[in-house]
Amino acid sequence: MWPHRRTARQPIFAADPVEVHWTEYLPPLLEGAWVTIRLTVFSTLLGAILAFAAGVGRLSRNGALRAVSVAYIELFRGTSLLVQLFWLYFALPLAGQAVGLDLRIPPVIAGILALSLNIGAYGAEVVRGAIQSVHTGQHEAALALNFTPRQTLARVTIPQAIPEMMPSFGNLAVQNLKDTALVSLISLGDMTFRAEQIRNFTQDSVTVYSMLLAMYFGMALVLTAMMRGIEHSVGRWRPVRS
Amino acid sequence: MSDPIIRFDNVVKRFGDHTVLDRLNFTVNRGEKVTIIGPSGSGKSTVLRILMTLEGIEGGVVHVGGEPLWHEADGVTPASEAHLRKKRGEMGMVFQQFNLFPHMTVLRNITEAPVRVLGLPKAEAKARAEELLELVGLTEHMSKFPHQLSGGQQQRVAIARALAMRPSILLFDEPTSALDPELVGEVLGVIRRLAEEHDLTMLLVTHEMRFAREVSDRVVFFDQGRIREEGAPEEIFTDPTEERTREFLKATLEA
Ligand SMILES: Nc1ncnc2c1ncn2[C@@H]1O[C@H](COP(=O)(O)OP(=O)(O)O)[C@@H](O)[C@H]1O
Ligand SMILES: [Mg+2]
Repeated sequence: MWPHRRTARQPIFAADPVEVHWTEYLPPLLEGAWVTIRLTVFSTLLGAILAFAAGVGRLSRNGALRAVSVAYIELFRGTSLLVQLFWLYFALPLAGQAVGLDLRIPPVIAGILALSLNIGAYGAEVVRGAIQSVHTGQHEAALALNFTPRQTLARVTIPQAIPEMMPSFGNLAVQNLKDTALVSLISLGDMTFRAEQIRNFTQDSVTVYSMLLAMYFGMALVLTAMMRGIEHSVGRWRPVRS
Repeated sequence: MSDPIIRFDNVVKRFGDHTVLDRLNFTVNRGEKVTIIGPSGSGKSTVLRILMTLEGIEGGVVHVGGEPLWHEADGVTPASEAHLRKKRGEMGMVFQQFNLFPHMTVLRNITEAPVRVLGLPKAEAKARAEELLELVGLTEHMSKFPHQLSGGQQQRVAIARALAMRPSILLFDEPTSALDPELVGEVLGVIRRLAEEHDLTMLLVTHEMRFAREVSDRVVFFDQGRIREEGAPEEIFTDPTEERTREFLKATLEA
Protein backbone atom coordinates (compact mmCIF):
# COMPACT_ATOMS: atom_id res chain seq x y z
CA MET A 1 0.00 0.00 0.00
CA TRP A 2 1.33 3.30 -1.05
CA PRO A 3 1.32 5.33 2.18
CA HIS A 4 3.42 2.72 3.96
CA ARG A 5 6.26 3.04 1.53
CA ARG A 6 6.63 6.66 2.28
CA THR A 7 6.69 6.47 6.05
CA ALA A 8 10.39 7.22 6.16
CA ARG A 9 9.98 10.56 4.42
CA GLN A 10 6.52 11.78 5.23
CA PRO A 11 4.51 12.01 8.39
CA ILE A 12 1.68 10.36 6.58
CA PHE A 13 -0.61 9.58 9.42
CA ALA A 14 -0.86 13.19 10.38
CA ALA A 15 -4.37 14.52 10.60
CA ASP A 16 -3.64 17.64 8.62
CA PRO A 17 -3.33 17.62 4.85
CA VAL A 18 0.15 16.81 3.70
CA GLU A 19 2.01 18.72 1.01
CA VAL A 20 2.99 16.26 -1.72
CA HIS A 21 4.12 17.12 -5.24
CA TRP A 22 1.70 15.72 -7.85
CA THR A 23 4.35 13.48 -9.40
CA GLU A 24 4.35 11.60 -6.14
CA TYR A 25 0.80 10.50 -6.90
CA LEU A 26 1.94 8.64 -9.97
CA PRO A 27 3.45 5.47 -8.52
CA PRO A 28 0.34 4.53 -6.51
CA LEU A 29 -1.97 5.56 -9.32
CA LEU A 30 -0.01 3.45 -11.80
CA GLU A 31 -0.12 0.54 -9.41
CA GLY A 32 -3.89 0.97 -9.35
CA ALA A 33 -3.94 1.36 -13.12
CA TRP A 34 -2.34 -2.06 -13.49
CA VAL A 35 -5.15 -3.55 -11.38
CA THR A 36 -7.73 -1.70 -13.49
CA ILE A 37 -6.15 -2.98 -16.70
CA ARG A 38 -6.13 -6.56 -15.52
CA LEU A 39 -9.69 -6.31 -14.28
CA THR A 40 -10.77 -4.88 -17.63
CA VAL A 41 -8.95 -7.49 -19.69
CA PHE A 42 -10.06 -10.51 -17.68
CA SER A 43 -13.66 -9.44 -17.28
CA THR A 44 -13.95 -8.43 -20.93
CA LEU A 45 -12.60 -11.80 -22.06
CA LEU A 46 -14.76 -13.77 -19.66
CA GLY A 47 -17.68 -11.50 -20.57
CA ALA A 48 -17.15 -12.22 -24.26
CA ILE A 49 -17.28 -15.96 -23.58
CA LEU A 50 -20.49 -15.53 -21.58
CA ALA A 51 -21.90 -13.31 -24.31
CA PHE A 52 -21.28 -15.98 -26.95
CA ALA A 53 -22.70 -18.75 -24.78
CA ALA A 54 -25.85 -16.82 -23.89
CA GLY A 55 -26.25 -15.22 -27.32
CA VAL A 56 -26.02 -18.56 -29.11
CA GLY A 57 -28.06 -20.21 -26.34
CA ARG A 58 -30.85 -17.74 -26.86
CA LEU A 59 -31.12 -18.83 -30.48
CA SER A 60 -30.85 -22.53 -29.69
CA ARG A 61 -33.57 -24.96 -30.68
CA ASN A 62 -33.28 -26.43 -27.19
CA GLY A 63 -35.97 -24.80 -25.04
CA ALA A 64 -34.18 -25.29 -21.72
CA LEU A 65 -30.99 -23.73 -23.03
CA ARG A 66 -33.01 -20.84 -24.41
CA ALA A 67 -34.77 -20.30 -21.08
CA VAL A 68 -31.52 -20.28 -19.10
CA SER A 69 -30.00 -17.78 -21.52
CA VAL A 70 -32.99 -15.47 -21.40
CA ALA A 71 -33.12 -15.63 -17.60
CA TYR A 72 -29.43 -14.77 -17.33
CA ILE A 73 -29.60 -11.94 -19.85
CA GLU A 74 -32.69 -10.34 -18.33
CA LEU A 75 -31.51 -10.73 -14.74
CA PHE A 76 -28.18 -9.04 -15.31
CA ARG A 77 -29.44 -6.35 -17.64
CA GLY A 78 -32.30 -5.59 -15.30
CA THR A 79 -30.27 -4.99 -12.15
CA SER A 80 -27.49 -2.56 -11.37
CA LEU A 81 -23.88 -3.61 -11.53
CA LEU A 82 -23.24 -2.14 -8.12
CA VAL A 83 -25.96 -4.27 -6.56
CA GLN A 84 -24.67 -7.36 -8.37
CA LEU A 85 -21.20 -6.64 -7.06
CA PHE A 86 -22.40 -6.15 -3.47
CA TRP A 87 -24.56 -9.21 -3.72
CA LEU A 88 -21.66 -11.40 -4.86
CA TYR A 89 -19.25 -9.99 -2.32
CA PHE A 90 -21.43 -9.41 0.75
CA ALA A 91 -24.64 -11.39 0.34
CA LEU A 92 -23.46 -14.58 -1.35
CA PRO A 93 -21.17 -15.63 1.53
CA LEU A 94 -23.99 -15.11 4.03
CA ALA A 95 -26.45 -16.95 1.82
CA GLY A 96 -23.89 -19.72 1.54
CA GLN A 97 -23.38 -19.78 5.29
CA ALA A 98 -27.11 -20.22 5.78
CA VAL A 99 -27.01 -23.45 3.78
CA GLY A 100 -23.65 -24.51 5.15
CA LEU A 101 -21.44 -23.61 2.19
CA ASP A 102 -18.33 -21.48 2.16
CA LEU A 103 -19.06 -19.06 -0.65
CA ARG A 104 -16.69 -16.33 0.40
CA ILE A 105 -14.85 -15.02 -2.63
CA PRO A 106 -11.87 -12.68 -2.76
CA PRO A 107 -12.66 -9.14 -3.97
CA VAL A 108 -10.76 -9.68 -7.24
CA ILE A 109 -12.89 -12.66 -8.12
CA ALA A 110 -16.10 -10.94 -7.05
CA GLY A 111 -15.11 -7.92 -9.15
CA ILE A 112 -14.23 -9.92 -12.25
CA LEU A 113 -17.35 -12.06 -11.90
CA ALA A 114 -19.73 -9.15 -11.49
CA LEU A 115 -18.17 -7.21 -14.36
CA SER A 116 -18.11 -10.15 -16.76
CA LEU A 117 -21.59 -11.37 -15.90
CA ASN A 118 -22.80 -7.85 -16.58
CA ILE A 119 -20.97 -7.28 -19.85
CA GLY A 120 -21.83 -10.85 -20.87
CA ALA A 121 -25.55 -10.12 -20.58
CA TYR A 122 -25.31 -7.00 -22.74
CA GLY A 123 -22.90 -8.72 -25.10
CA ALA A 124 -25.29 -11.66 -25.52
CA GLU A 125 -27.80 -9.36 -27.18
CA VAL A 126 -25.07 -8.08 -29.48
CA VAL A 127 -24.06 -11.64 -30.38
CA ARG A 128 -27.66 -12.61 -31.00
CA GLY A 129 -28.29 -9.58 -33.21
CA ALA A 130 -25.12 -10.18 -35.21
CA ILE A 131 -25.94 -13.86 -35.74
CA GLN A 132 -29.42 -12.97 -36.89
CA SER A 133 -28.06 -10.39 -39.30
CA VAL A 134 -26.30 -13.10 -41.32
CA HIS A 135 -28.25 -13.54 -44.53
CA THR A 136 -30.54 -16.60 -44.75
CA GLY A 137 -28.95 -17.39 -48.11
CA GLN A 138 -25.84 -18.33 -46.14
CA HIS A 139 -27.75 -20.93 -44.14
CA GLU A 140 -29.34 -22.27 -47.29
CA ALA A 141 -25.99 -22.57 -49.03
CA ALA A 142 -24.57 -24.35 -45.98
CA LEU A 143 -27.51 -26.73 -45.85
CA ALA A 144 -27.24 -27.44 -49.57
CA LEU A 145 -23.61 -28.41 -48.96
CA ASN A 146 -24.75 -30.69 -46.15
CA PHE A 147 -23.07 -28.87 -43.28
CA THR A 148 -24.49 -29.91 -39.91
CA PRO A 149 -26.22 -27.13 -37.91
CA ARG A 150 -23.17 -27.00 -35.65
CA GLN A 151 -20.75 -26.70 -38.57
CA THR A 152 -22.93 -24.00 -40.07
CA LEU A 153 -22.81 -22.03 -36.83
CA ALA A 154 -19.07 -22.44 -36.34
CA ARG A 155 -17.86 -22.13 -39.94
CA VAL A 156 -20.41 -19.91 -41.62
CA THR A 157 -22.55 -17.90 -39.22
CA ILE A 158 -20.23 -16.92 -36.36
CA PRO A 159 -17.26 -15.94 -38.54
CA GLN A 160 -19.57 -13.57 -40.42
CA ALA A 161 -21.25 -12.33 -37.25
CA ILE A 162 -18.02 -11.44 -35.42
CA PRO A 163 -17.05 -8.39 -37.50
CA GLU A 164 -20.66 -7.31 -37.24
CA MET A 165 -20.54 -7.34 -33.44
CA MET A 166 -17.13 -5.73 -33.05
CA PRO A 167 -18.20 -2.05 -32.93
CA SER A 168 -20.69 -2.82 -30.16
CA PHE A 169 -18.17 -5.00 -28.36
CA GLY A 170 -15.73 -2.09 -28.51
CA ASN A 171 -18.28 0.12 -26.78
CA LEU A 172 -18.99 -2.55 -24.20
CA ALA A 173 -15.29 -2.98 -23.47
CA VAL A 174 -14.92 0.75 -22.83
CA GLN A 175 -18.06 0.70 -20.71
CA ASN A 176 -16.51 -2.17 -18.80
CA LEU A 177 -13.29 -0.25 -18.25
CA LYS A 178 -15.26 2.60 -16.73
CA ASP A 179 -17.34 0.22 -14.64
CA THR A 180 -14.24 -1.26 -13.02
CA ALA A 181 -14.18 1.87 -10.84
CA LEU A 182 -17.02 0.34 -8.86
CA VAL A 183 -14.82 -2.43 -7.51
CA SER A 184 -13.04 0.15 -5.36
CA LEU A 185 -16.16 -0.07 -3.22
CA ILE A 186 -15.30 -3.62 -2.21
CA SER A 187 -11.78 -2.39 -1.35
CA LEU A 188 -10.03 -3.67 -4.46
CA GLY A 189 -6.93 -1.57 -5.03
CA ASP A 190 -7.80 -0.32 -8.49
CA MET A 191 -7.04 3.12 -9.88
CA THR A 192 -10.07 4.75 -8.30
CA PHE A 193 -9.34 3.15 -4.95
CA ARG A 194 -5.78 4.54 -5.04
CA ALA A 195 -6.99 7.97 -6.01
CA GLU A 196 -9.42 7.90 -3.14
CA GLN A 197 -6.62 6.97 -0.76
CA ILE A 198 -4.42 9.78 -1.98
CA ARG A 199 -7.24 12.26 -1.73
CA ASN A 200 -8.08 11.25 1.82
CA PHE A 201 -4.51 11.75 2.65
CA THR A 202 -3.70 15.00 0.84
CA GLN A 203 -7.14 16.58 0.40
CA ASP A 204 -5.87 17.54 -3.06
CA SER A 205 -9.09 16.60 -4.85
CA VAL A 206 -8.60 18.70 -7.96
CA THR A 207 -5.24 17.29 -8.90
CA VAL A 208 -5.98 13.71 -7.94
CA TYR A 209 -9.31 13.49 -9.68
CA SER A 210 -8.03 15.30 -12.75
CA MET A 211 -5.23 12.80 -13.02
CA LEU A 212 -7.70 9.98 -12.53
CA LEU A 213 -9.93 11.34 -15.27
CA ALA A 214 -7.01 11.69 -17.65
CA MET A 215 -5.80 8.18 -16.95
CA TYR A 216 -9.21 6.60 -17.57
CA PHE A 217 -9.53 8.63 -20.73
CA GLY A 218 -6.10 7.56 -21.91
CA MET A 219 -6.92 3.93 -21.23
CA ALA A 220 -10.21 4.23 -23.08
CA LEU A 221 -8.39 5.66 -26.10
CA VAL A 222 -5.94 2.78 -26.13
CA LEU A 223 -8.72 0.24 -25.65
CA THR A 224 -10.77 1.76 -28.46
CA ALA A 225 -7.76 1.65 -30.76
CA MET A 226 -7.17 -1.99 -29.86
CA MET A 227 -10.78 -2.92 -30.53
CA ARG A 228 -10.59 -1.15 -33.89
CA GLY A 229 -7.52 -3.18 -34.68
CA ILE A 230 -9.31 -6.41 -33.83
CA GLU A 231 -12.35 -5.29 -35.79
CA HIS A 232 -10.18 -4.62 -38.79
CA SER A 233 -8.39 -7.95 -38.58
CA VAL A 234 -11.53 -10.08 -38.16
CA GLY A 235 -13.18 -8.25 -41.04
CA ARG A 236 -10.35 -8.49 -43.55
CA TRP A 237 -12.57 -10.37 -45.99
CA ARG A 238 -15.12 -7.58 -46.10
CA PRO A 239 -15.28 -5.03 -48.88
CA VAL A 240 -13.54 -1.81 -47.84
CA ARG A 241 -16.15 0.71 -46.83
CA SER A 242 -15.57 4.41 -46.81
CA MET B 1 -35.76 -44.49 -71.65
CA SER B 2 -37.48 -43.93 -68.38
CA ASP B 3 -35.32 -43.92 -65.31
CA PRO B 4 -36.69 -41.18 -63.13
CA ILE B 5 -34.11 -39.78 -60.71
CA ILE B 6 -36.58 -37.14 -59.52
CA ARG B 7 -40.27 -37.81 -59.18
CA PHE B 8 -43.00 -35.62 -57.67
CA ASP B 9 -46.20 -37.57 -56.96
CA ASN B 10 -49.20 -35.42 -56.16
CA VAL B 11 -47.05 -33.01 -54.19
CA VAL B 12 -48.87 -30.31 -52.27
CA LYS B 13 -47.02 -27.29 -50.93
CA ARG B 14 -48.71 -24.50 -49.00
CA PHE B 15 -47.53 -21.31 -47.40
CA GLY B 16 -50.25 -20.56 -44.87
CA ASP B 17 -53.48 -20.91 -46.81
CA HIS B 18 -51.78 -20.11 -50.10
CA THR B 19 -51.39 -23.33 -52.06
CA VAL B 20 -48.25 -23.00 -54.15
CA LEU B 21 -48.09 -26.53 -55.55
CA ASP B 22 -51.39 -28.29 -55.98
CA ARG B 23 -50.86 -32.03 -56.49
CA LEU B 24 -47.86 -31.61 -58.72
CA ASN B 25 -46.72 -34.57 -60.81
CA PHE B 26 -43.35 -34.18 -62.41
CA THR B 27 -40.39 -36.39 -63.29
CA VAL B 28 -36.83 -35.92 -64.42
CA ASN B 29 -34.87 -38.84 -65.84
CA ARG B 30 -31.30 -39.66 -64.98
CA GLY B 31 -28.92 -37.50 -67.00
CA GLU B 32 -31.71 -35.40 -68.40
CA LYS B 33 -31.36 -31.62 -68.71
CA VAL B 34 -34.70 -30.05 -67.88
CA THR B 35 -35.52 -26.37 -67.92
CA ILE B 36 -38.41 -24.89 -65.98
CA ILE B 37 -39.86 -21.69 -67.35
CA GLY B 38 -42.90 -19.74 -66.26
CA PRO B 39 -44.10 -16.49 -64.75
CA SER B 40 -42.79 -15.19 -61.46
CA GLY B 41 -44.55 -16.70 -58.45
CA SER B 42 -45.62 -19.84 -60.29
CA GLY B 43 -43.70 -22.14 -57.92
CA LYS B 44 -40.50 -22.80 -59.91
CA SER B 45 -38.12 -22.03 -57.06
CA THR B 46 -40.32 -23.93 -54.65
CA VAL B 47 -39.82 -27.12 -56.66
CA LEU B 48 -36.03 -26.78 -56.40
CA ARG B 49 -36.18 -25.76 -52.75
CA ILE B 50 -38.28 -28.79 -51.86
CA LEU B 51 -35.72 -31.02 -53.57
CA MET B 52 -32.84 -29.40 -51.70
CA THR B 53 -34.85 -29.87 -48.46
CA LEU B 54 -35.03 -26.12 -47.89
CA GLU B 55 -38.83 -26.43 -47.78
CA GLY B 56 -41.04 -29.24 -46.54
CA ILE B 57 -44.20 -30.48 -48.23
CA GLU B 58 -47.78 -30.79 -47.08
CA GLY B 59 -48.82 -33.76 -49.18
CA GLY B 60 -47.71 -36.32 -51.73
CA VAL B 61 -44.30 -37.91 -52.11
CA VAL B 62 -41.07 -36.67 -53.66
CA HIS B 63 -38.66 -39.35 -54.84
CA VAL B 64 -34.97 -38.69 -55.35
CA GLY B 65 -32.76 -41.44 -56.68
CA GLY B 66 -35.57 -43.96 -56.30
CA GLU B 67 -36.23 -43.26 -52.60
CA PRO B 68 -38.77 -40.97 -50.97
CA LEU B 69 -37.06 -37.73 -50.00
CA TRP B 70 -39.18 -36.32 -47.21
CA HIS B 71 -40.32 -39.67 -45.93
CA GLU B 72 -38.98 -43.05 -44.98
CA ALA B 73 -39.22 -45.92 -47.44
CA ASP B 74 -42.93 -46.35 -46.73
CA GLY B 75 -43.59 -42.91 -48.18
CA VAL B 76 -45.58 -41.89 -45.10
CA THR B 77 -43.32 -41.68 -42.04
CA PRO B 78 -41.36 -38.43 -41.94
CA ALA B 79 -37.70 -38.87 -42.85
CA SER B 80 -34.90 -38.76 -40.30
CA GLU B 81 -32.19 -36.11 -40.46
CA ALA B 82 -29.70 -38.83 -41.44
CA HIS B 83 -31.85 -39.76 -44.42
CA LEU B 84 -32.21 -36.13 -45.50
CA ARG B 85 -28.45 -35.69 -45.24
CA LYS B 86 -27.87 -38.69 -47.46
CA LYS B 87 -30.35 -37.43 -50.04
CA ARG B 88 -28.95 -33.89 -49.92
CA GLY B 89 -25.56 -35.36 -50.70
CA GLU B 90 -26.88 -36.50 -54.08
CA MET B 91 -27.78 -32.94 -55.06
CA GLY B 92 -26.10 -29.61 -55.50
CA MET B 93 -27.70 -26.21 -55.82
CA VAL B 94 -26.75 -22.95 -57.48
CA PHE B 95 -28.63 -19.93 -56.18
CA GLN B 96 -29.75 -16.77 -57.87
CA GLN B 97 -27.76 -14.67 -55.38
CA PHE B 98 -24.71 -17.01 -55.53
CA ASN B 99 -24.60 -17.25 -51.70
CA LEU B 100 -20.85 -17.71 -51.62
CA PHE B 101 -19.30 -17.59 -48.16
CA PRO B 102 -17.96 -14.02 -48.12
CA HIS B 103 -15.39 -14.68 -45.39
CA MET B 104 -13.68 -17.49 -47.25
CA THR B 105 -11.38 -17.27 -50.23
CA VAL B 106 -12.56 -18.73 -53.51
CA LEU B 107 -10.48 -21.84 -52.84
CA ARG B 108 -11.88 -22.30 -49.31
CA ASN B 109 -15.41 -21.81 -50.59
CA ILE B 110 -14.86 -24.84 -52.78
CA THR B 111 -12.83 -27.03 -50.40
CA GLU B 112 -14.68 -26.36 -47.14
CA ALA B 113 -17.60 -28.74 -47.62
CA PRO B 114 -15.57 -31.57 -49.21
CA VAL B 115 -13.18 -31.40 -46.24
CA ARG B 116 -15.71 -30.90 -43.43
CA VAL B 117 -18.65 -32.87 -44.79
CA LEU B 118 -17.11 -35.57 -46.96
CA GLY B 119 -13.94 -35.84 -44.88
CA LEU B 120 -11.69 -35.48 -47.92
CA PRO B 121 -8.00 -34.89 -47.14
CA LYS B 122 -7.12 -31.22 -47.64
CA ALA B 123 -4.68 -31.88 -50.47
CA GLU B 124 -7.23 -33.92 -52.34
CA ALA B 125 -9.94 -31.29 -51.85
CA LYS B 126 -7.54 -28.65 -53.12
CA ALA B 127 -6.67 -30.68 -56.20
CA ARG B 128 -10.36 -31.18 -56.87
CA ALA B 129 -11.01 -27.44 -56.44
CA GLU B 130 -8.18 -26.51 -58.78
CA GLU B 131 -9.57 -28.82 -61.43
CA LEU B 132 -13.01 -27.23 -61.08
CA LEU B 133 -11.61 -23.69 -61.09
CA GLU B 134 -9.97 -24.53 -64.37
CA LEU B 135 -13.29 -25.79 -65.69
CA VAL B 136 -14.99 -22.50 -64.80
CA GLY B 137 -11.96 -20.47 -65.91
CA LEU B 138 -11.05 -18.86 -62.58
CA THR B 139 -7.75 -20.48 -61.65
CA GLU B 140 -5.97 -17.17 -61.17
CA HIS B 141 -8.63 -15.89 -58.74
CA MET B 142 -8.48 -18.68 -56.21
CA SER B 143 -6.96 -16.64 -53.37
CA LYS B 144 -9.41 -13.78 -53.72
CA PHE B 145 -12.44 -13.13 -51.58
CA PRO B 146 -15.86 -13.20 -53.26
CA HIS B 147 -16.36 -9.44 -53.05
CA GLN B 148 -13.29 -8.98 -55.21
CA LEU B 149 -14.96 -10.83 -58.07
CA SER B 150 -17.66 -9.80 -60.53
CA GLY B 151 -21.12 -11.34 -60.21
CA GLY B 152 -20.44 -13.62 -63.15
CA GLN B 153 -17.22 -14.84 -61.59
CA GLN B 154 -18.93 -15.37 -58.24
CA GLN B 155 -21.61 -17.48 -59.85
CA ARG B 156 -18.97 -19.58 -61.60
CA VAL B 157 -17.30 -20.16 -58.22
CA ALA B 158 -20.70 -21.16 -56.84
CA ILE B 159 -21.06 -23.71 -59.63
CA ALA B 160 -17.60 -25.09 -58.86
CA ARG B 161 -18.48 -25.23 -55.15
CA ALA B 162 -21.59 -27.28 -55.87
CA LEU B 163 -19.70 -29.61 -58.24
CA ALA B 164 -16.97 -30.23 -55.67
CA MET B 165 -19.45 -32.34 -53.71
CA ARG B 166 -19.84 -34.61 -56.75
CA PRO B 167 -23.64 -34.48 -56.89
CA SER B 168 -25.54 -36.49 -59.44
CA ILE B 169 -28.25 -33.83 -59.65
CA LEU B 170 -27.54 -30.13 -60.05
CA LEU B 171 -30.27 -27.57 -59.41
CA PHE B 172 -30.01 -24.04 -60.79
CA ASP B 173 -32.42 -21.37 -59.58
CA GLU B 174 -32.26 -18.50 -62.05
CA PRO B 175 -28.45 -18.52 -62.02
CA THR B 176 -28.13 -15.46 -64.23
CA SER B 177 -31.04 -13.31 -63.04
CA ALA B 178 -28.93 -11.29 -60.59
CA LEU B 179 -26.22 -10.57 -63.16
CA ASP B 180 -25.54 -7.54 -65.30
CA PRO B 181 -26.42 -8.43 -68.89
CA GLU B 182 -22.83 -8.46 -70.08
CA LEU B 183 -21.94 -11.15 -67.47
CA VAL B 184 -24.76 -13.56 -68.30
CA GLY B 185 -22.91 -15.16 -71.20
CA GLU B 186 -19.92 -16.40 -69.20
CA VAL B 187 -22.14 -18.20 -66.69
CA LEU B 188 -24.37 -19.72 -69.35
CA GLY B 189 -21.19 -20.81 -71.13
CA VAL B 190 -20.12 -22.82 -68.08
CA ILE B 191 -23.57 -24.36 -67.63
CA ARG B 192 -23.71 -25.24 -71.30
CA ARG B 193 -20.36 -27.00 -71.04
CA LEU B 194 -21.58 -28.98 -68.05
CA ALA B 195 -24.72 -29.93 -69.91
CA GLU B 196 -22.80 -31.08 -72.94
CA GLU B 197 -19.87 -32.85 -71.31
CA HIS B 198 -21.31 -34.40 -68.15
CA ASP B 199 -23.93 -37.00 -67.45
CA LEU B 200 -25.17 -34.89 -64.55
CA THR B 201 -28.91 -34.56 -64.18
CA MET B 202 -29.71 -30.86 -64.48
CA LEU B 203 -32.82 -29.01 -63.43
CA LEU B 204 -32.65 -25.37 -64.35
CA VAL B 205 -35.02 -22.50 -63.73
CA THR B 206 -34.29 -19.68 -66.13
CA HIS B 207 -35.68 -16.78 -68.11
CA GLU B 208 -33.00 -17.16 -70.79
CA MET B 209 -35.23 -18.66 -73.46
CA ARG B 210 -32.65 -19.04 -76.18
CA PHE B 211 -30.32 -20.81 -73.78
CA ALA B 212 -33.13 -23.07 -72.56
CA ARG B 213 -33.90 -23.99 -76.09
CA GLU B 214 -30.30 -24.87 -76.87
CA VAL B 215 -29.30 -26.89 -73.83
CA SER B 216 -32.39 -28.65 -72.57
CA ASP B 217 -33.72 -32.06 -73.44
CA ARG B 218 -37.11 -30.97 -72.18
CA VAL B 219 -38.78 -27.70 -71.27
CA VAL B 220 -41.47 -27.48 -68.61
CA PHE B 221 -43.82 -24.52 -68.49
CA PHE B 222 -45.03 -23.77 -64.97
CA ASP B 223 -48.12 -21.70 -64.35
CA GLN B 224 -49.81 -21.19 -61.00
CA GLY B 225 -48.13 -24.15 -59.35
CA ARG B 226 -49.00 -26.57 -62.11
CA ILE B 227 -47.29 -27.83 -65.21
CA ARG B 228 -49.24 -26.22 -68.00
CA GLU B 229 -47.21 -27.74 -70.78
CA GLU B 230 -44.00 -29.70 -71.28
CA GLY B 231 -42.10 -31.11 -74.19
CA ALA B 232 -39.05 -30.92 -76.39
CA PRO B 233 -37.67 -27.36 -76.71
CA GLU B 234 -38.63 -27.09 -80.38
CA GLU B 235 -42.23 -27.97 -79.58
CA ILE B 236 -42.58 -25.56 -76.69
CA PHE B 237 -40.81 -22.67 -78.32
CA THR B 238 -42.08 -22.95 -81.86
CA ASP B 239 -45.45 -24.61 -81.54
CA PRO B 240 -46.89 -24.56 -78.03
CA THR B 241 -50.35 -26.08 -77.73
CA GLU B 242 -51.48 -24.07 -74.72
CA GLU B 243 -52.67 -20.52 -75.04
CA ARG B 244 -51.00 -19.59 -71.68
CA THR B 245 -47.61 -20.83 -72.94
CA ARG B 246 -47.97 -18.80 -76.07
CA GLU B 247 -48.86 -15.67 -74.10
CA PHE B 248 -45.97 -16.17 -71.71
CA LEU B 249 -43.44 -16.71 -74.49
CA LYS B 250 -44.75 -13.74 -76.40
CA ALA B 251 -44.46 -11.54 -73.29
CA THR B 252 -40.91 -12.66 -72.49
CA LEU B 253 -39.72 -12.27 -76.06
CA GLU B 254 -41.07 -8.76 -76.18
CA ALA B 255 -39.45 -7.81 -72.88
N1 LIG C 1 -41.32 -18.55 -47.51
C1 LIG C 1 -42.49 -18.22 -48.13
N2 LIG C 1 -43.53 -17.78 -47.40
C2 LIG C 1 -44.70 -17.45 -48.00
N3 LIG C 1 -44.91 -17.51 -49.31
C3 LIG C 1 -43.90 -17.94 -50.10
C4 LIG C 1 -42.64 -18.31 -49.54
N4 LIG C 1 -41.83 -18.70 -50.55
C5 LIG C 1 -42.55 -18.57 -51.68
N5 LIG C 1 -43.80 -18.13 -51.42
C6 LIG C 1 -44.86 -17.92 -52.40
O1 LIG C 1 -44.98 -19.08 -53.18
C7 LIG C 1 -45.24 -18.75 -54.52
C8 LIG C 1 -44.25 -19.43 -55.42
O2 LIG C 1 -42.97 -18.92 -55.14
P1 LIG C 1 -41.69 -19.33 -55.97
O3 LIG C 1 -41.58 -20.80 -56.00
O4 LIG C 1 -40.56 -18.57 -55.41
O5 LIG C 1 -42.05 -18.80 -57.43
P2 LIG C 1 -41.12 -18.59 -58.69
O6 LIG C 1 -39.77 -19.12 -58.38
O7 LIG C 1 -41.79 -19.33 -59.78
O8 LIG C 1 -41.09 -17.12 -58.95
C9 LIG C 1 -45.23 -17.24 -54.61
O9 LIG C 1 -46.56 -16.80 -54.60
C10 LIG C 1 -44.52 -16.81 -53.37
O10 LIG C 1 -45.00 -15.58 -52.93
MG1 LIG D 1 -37.93 -18.05 -58.20
